[in-house]
Amino acid sequence: MADLALKIRDLNKTYNNGFEALKGIDLDVEHGDFFALLGPNGAGKSTTIRIICSLTNKSSGLVEIYGTDIDKDFSLGKSHLGVVPQEFNFSVFETPLQIVTNQAGFYGIDKTQANEQAEFVLNKLSLWDKRNDQSRGLSGGMKRRLMIARALIHQPRLLILDEPTAGVDIEIRRSMWEFLEQINDDGTTIILTTHYLEEAENLCRNIAIIDQGEIIENTSMKKLLSKLSTETFVLDLAHPITKLPEFNKLEAKLRDESTIEITMQRDDHMNQMFTELSKHGIQVSSLRNKTNRLEELFLNLVTNNNGQ
Amino acid sequence: MDSKLTFITFTTLVRKEITRYLRIWQQTFFPPIITTSLYFVIFGNLIGQRIGKMDGFDYIEFIVPGLILMAIITNSYANVASSFFGAKFQNFIEEIMVSPTSHRTILLGYVTGGVTRGLLVGVLVTIVALFFTRLSVHNIAVLFSVALLTSILFALGGLLNGLYAKSFDDVSIIPTFVLTPLTYLGGIFYSIELLPEFWQKASLINPILYMINAFRYGFLGISDISLGLSFGIIVLFIIILGSWANYLLKNGYGIRT
Repeated sequence: MADLALKIRDLNKTYNNGFEALKGIDLDVEHGDFFALLGPNGAGKSTTIRIICSLTNKSSGLVEIYGTDIDKDFSLGKSHLGVVPQEFNFSVFETPLQIVTNQAGFYGIDKTQANEQAEFVLNKLSLWDKRNDQSRGLSGGMKRRLMIARALIHQPRLLILDEPTAGVDIEIRRSMWEFLEQINDDGTTIILTTHYLEEAENLCRNIAIIDQGEIIENTSMKKLLSKLSTETFVLDLAHPITKLPEFNKLEAKLRDESTIEITMQRDDHMNQMFTELSKHGIQVSSLRNKTNRLEELFLNLVTNNNGQ
Repeated sequence: MDSKLTFITFTTLVRKEITRYLRIWQQTFFPPIITTSLYFVIFGNLIGQRIGKMDGFDYIEFIVPGLILMAIITNSYANVASSFFGAKFQNFIEEIMVSPTSHRTILLGYVTGGVTRGLLVGVLVTIVALFFTRLSVHNIAVLFSVALLTSILFALGGLLNGLYAKSFDDVSIIPTFVLTPLTYLGGIFYSIELLPEFWQKASLINPILYMINAFRYGFLGISDISLGLSFGIIVLFIIILGSWANYLLKNGYGIRT
């Protein structure tokens, strides 16, 4: 097995009010992975992340970051870790430069080196021009990027992002994806939680789904997506039709005169669909998935876990 | 974390704290200067002239050490209590907590931040006092060590307040209802020898009395309390509050869920 960036064993968390947030979860994330940790609201994702970052005390269990048990060598374990939290958590009266250089200082990086690294990360995230502005004046997207810059200032081997693109417009989101892919290619292990399942599907190679404090799925993205038994496509037609013809094998539905939906079984081939459509003189101008594939699987898994 | 890295994390936290209170100098330095100037004018000059001598000194000379120490106490306490609670409230305490910074460094960093502000305000108030009276120094070592130790003690108190506080009201309750009354009753404006015997004895349970008397000794060479006992009490309280704050930070009380 490759080096483990994160190893979690039998992790439990029961809050003082008796709420059992985590029920003995196990999780391995390999070095270099781009890993998705997904789950509905209140499933235990943020509790897990907060325990890894020591913002929440665990009730029991083991957390190792790059082989270091955080209970035994707190400093070494955390020196490998960078975190981008869900909520903004910096002083809005400080400037981006102060925020990132102070963070470098908290990791034991001296002022000269901190300034050099700050210039690098702030430039990378297009914040260098804003370095001396009070951060309360930054836009939402800039604040998100500032938190990423801050998390990267000490060049962590493991970067955890808790919903980093929440509330960020699509242009910034895409540029953040590119940046994250780039740092992952450069060797940083990334753990991502997100509610945008398209984001997880596009970026992550492995995935764990957590629900009601338990890991209900932990596999590669490919294997998980292959579990989809059916897939529905939306087809835009080149020429309108008023009525659906009698298809031989296809399960189809007319949405409007220019759009039809076709549901296919996992073993069916796209060619079969196009052959059948051509037979009836239907020409397709474009095609897309009706829902995100991961979203469909995610909903199935969570619904099944809830016994619905 | 080795000692060099620990030193960098410590200086970063102290620098962050100093930058914070210098940025809001109108809130941190103006009020104590104005308040103590009013004390000097009203109690020192206007009323003080009618009171006459206290323990052989002009009344204004008698009250100056207590007023300087009161400014040190209030500012050391308020700096840590408000800064720590603010960091908790706005969640940026997490910046430090996710890093390898140890709980001891957090304690030392915040306390040092509070001490620097307390002592800086003390110096400013001393300069203001010079406009109203002459100041003689009887023992500079006693003066400086009492100021430093008292500042450490109340910075620790502010940290405890910040750790326990759940709202901004909690940050102001202790200074208003505990600290201010104890300071006023700690002999800033009078010698406890003027009190009836019962109240003299009752005053002895007020720890601030020991600090003010030791500090006054540093300036004037007079004290109602023995110097050794005063230092003993201050150090004892530093040990108690320091251990208490260390225990809470180690276990994440008020900062970890």
